[in-house]
Amino acid sequence: MTTANNLVQGLLLGGLYALFATGLSLMFGVMRLVNLAHGDFAILAAFLALVVVDGTGLHPLLTLAIVVPAMFAVGYLLQRGVLNFTVGGDGLAPVLVTFGLSIILQNVLLELFSADSRGLDAGAIEDTSLALGRLNVGWFPLLTLVTGAAVLAGLQLLLARTRLGRALRATSDDPEAAQLVGVDHRHAFAVATGLAMATVAIAGIFLGIRTTFSPALGPTRLIFAFEAVIIGGLGSLWGTLVGGMVLGVAQTLGAQISPGWGVLTGNLVFLAVLAFRPSGLFGKPVTT
Amino acid sequence: MTTLDPDRADPADVDRAASGSPAAKEPPPRVDVERATAASRVGAVLALLAVAVLGTAPLWARTSVLRTLVGFFTLLALATMWNLLAGYAGLVSIGQQAYIGVGAYGLYWLSDSAGLDPFAAVPVAALVAAVISVPIAVLAFRLRGGYFAIGTWVIAETLRLLVANTTQLGGGSGVTITAVSGYDRQTRIYLTYWLALAVGVGAVALTYLLLRRRLGLALTANRDSETSARSLGVDVYRVKLLVYVVAAFGCALAGAVIYLNLLRIQPDAAFSVNWSAFMIFIVLIGGIGTIEGPIVGAVLFVVVQETLTQYGSWYLILLGLIAVAVALRARHGLWGLVAERTGISLFPVRRRLKLPPPPTPGGSR
Repeated sequence: MTTANNLVQGLLLGGLYALFATGLSLMFGVMRLVNLAHGDFAILAAFLALVVVDGTGLHPLLTLAIVVPAMFAVGYLLQRGVLNFTVGGDGLAPVLVTFGLSIILQNVLLELFSADSRGLDAGAIEDTSLALGRLNVGWFPLLTLVTGAAVLAGLQLLLARTRLGRALRATSDDPEAAQLVGVDHRHAFAVATGLAMATVAIAGIFLGIRTTFSPALGPTRLIFAFEAVIIGGLGSLWGTLVGGMVLGVAQTLGAQISPGWGVLTGNLVFLAVLAFRPSGLFGKPVTT
Repeated sequence: MTTLDPDRADPADVDRAASGSPAAKEPPPRVDVERATAASRVGAVLALLAVAVLGTAPLWARTSVLRTLVGFFTLLALATMWNLLAGYAGLVSIGQQAYIGVGAYGLYWLSDSAGLDPFAAVPVAALVAAVISVPIAVLAFRLRGGYFAIGTWVIAETLRLLVANTTQLGGGSGVTITAVSGYDRQTRIYLTYWLALAVGVGAVALTYLLLRRRLGLALTANRDSETSARSLGVDVYRVKLLVYVVAAFGCALAGAVIYLNLLRIQPDAAFSVNWSAFMIFIVLIGGIGTIEGPIVGAVLFVVVQETLTQYGSWYLILLGLIAVAVALRARHGLWGLVAERTGISLFPVRRRLKLPPPPTPGGSR
């Protein structure tokens, strides 16, 4: 029964990982840019939510209304002010610049908030669960999974159906051609990063409610997001959700064997996918 | 690649290659290939002098200075390896700490468990790392660009977690190398110093020699355009694999020497991503894609570290800001600025073609 319960916990955890991975996937999809500070921005969002909660007494979930738009703005300005200068070229600059940003963010958060672990208290929803037969499914992990799926569906609709989505896809295919038909690629890139930061803000706040967080936690979040993307398959949004679930299940089952083996098992599953199915579970085979 | 073998590119070779088929009507002008410059000849003499002076440091320097220099030489080796990876082969790894850890734990296991002399164990541990790096490369090379970077990081983390979960290697709390107790303290410090000097100088020399050979041309061709390099017959995969394995060997060598100096190994420290951050900073500030760059960067880094490290996270924030600024604005770092202004190249890996003056009418022909 423990195993079945852990399996369900792992699947639900996949919702959180998908939330982390969506933004990473979106930025790569639109501008081939991998943001190594992705996880640190999630932690930044969690700390922003903490500041809002401390200042206003709002429920942590309601801080989404403030933190998500704020992070969209951060993302937009980051892209226009810094990252747009790294797109194109030999691909060295984006990696180096975002890695530098990661170090800056971690240490600024450390200076502002100290190395202590903090948490967002969401009250009753954290402890109550839904009994399905003999399985106990926590309401909050369930809400996380539903939110993750909703964000993915929303993004899918946005990309497929809206004018903005068309502009983003056009820019992804060919920035110069998109420019010729009136799409400002600098603006499109900035909107993509803004959206990525908005999704990562949701991820950060859900993480903060689910568990504790500290300034140094960003890199592991980046790694989990990356593993979910690669396991699911590059360029497949729904694959990312499945990838997150596979990672979540691997981690919870691994931790069941031995507490130190949770993250390690996730890494080993990721490496196995890389070895035996490099295009991921749902990715298109890469031809180069 | 076969007609213009750069390993033996003496002018006669080039002449023969350029004349092509025997049916060529007009002999082309004689071309000289220049591979050294005045600055590089002076530089070579100065470099040898510097190494000779540094070699005698145990005679005149205090132990604390020797320790700082060990730190400098190992950082120089690490940065030089990272520069070879990222600056020449386009492999931006943020997982080289994997090999620092393997070198350190390899040293511990070979000397404390297998009974090898600790100084002899250093190169053996590096060889082990080189062997391990081959399957790792096969996996990591399936990822590109930024995803390659994170992939190498995940692999380093995986190794850290494997070590932390292995009680024979001390688990999460680490191990202490006790095999060095056979040496008295001074001998140990001197030997460690000379080993570190050899590793630092060796890394620079190895990179220089590799880049002057065929590999250098293959890497340059690949950097400029992978497609054209392939069409010229460069086996891009093999070239990158070779560079990756060399870098793994070099980083493991440096890692083993670092822990021969520190003696206490902990998985969180040995496999820390901060090592990669330091390598990246040194190479960026000094000048990526030049052999001189990491040397300049390492000197500056050690000076900055000695003076600013007490400021803790502000120091790291400053490093991060400088890295971002250099990556955005001054792509070729400090050495790039010097080379642009003066045209000096201390380690020339380029081939300059010197054409003779155009023949005067009624001249030789």
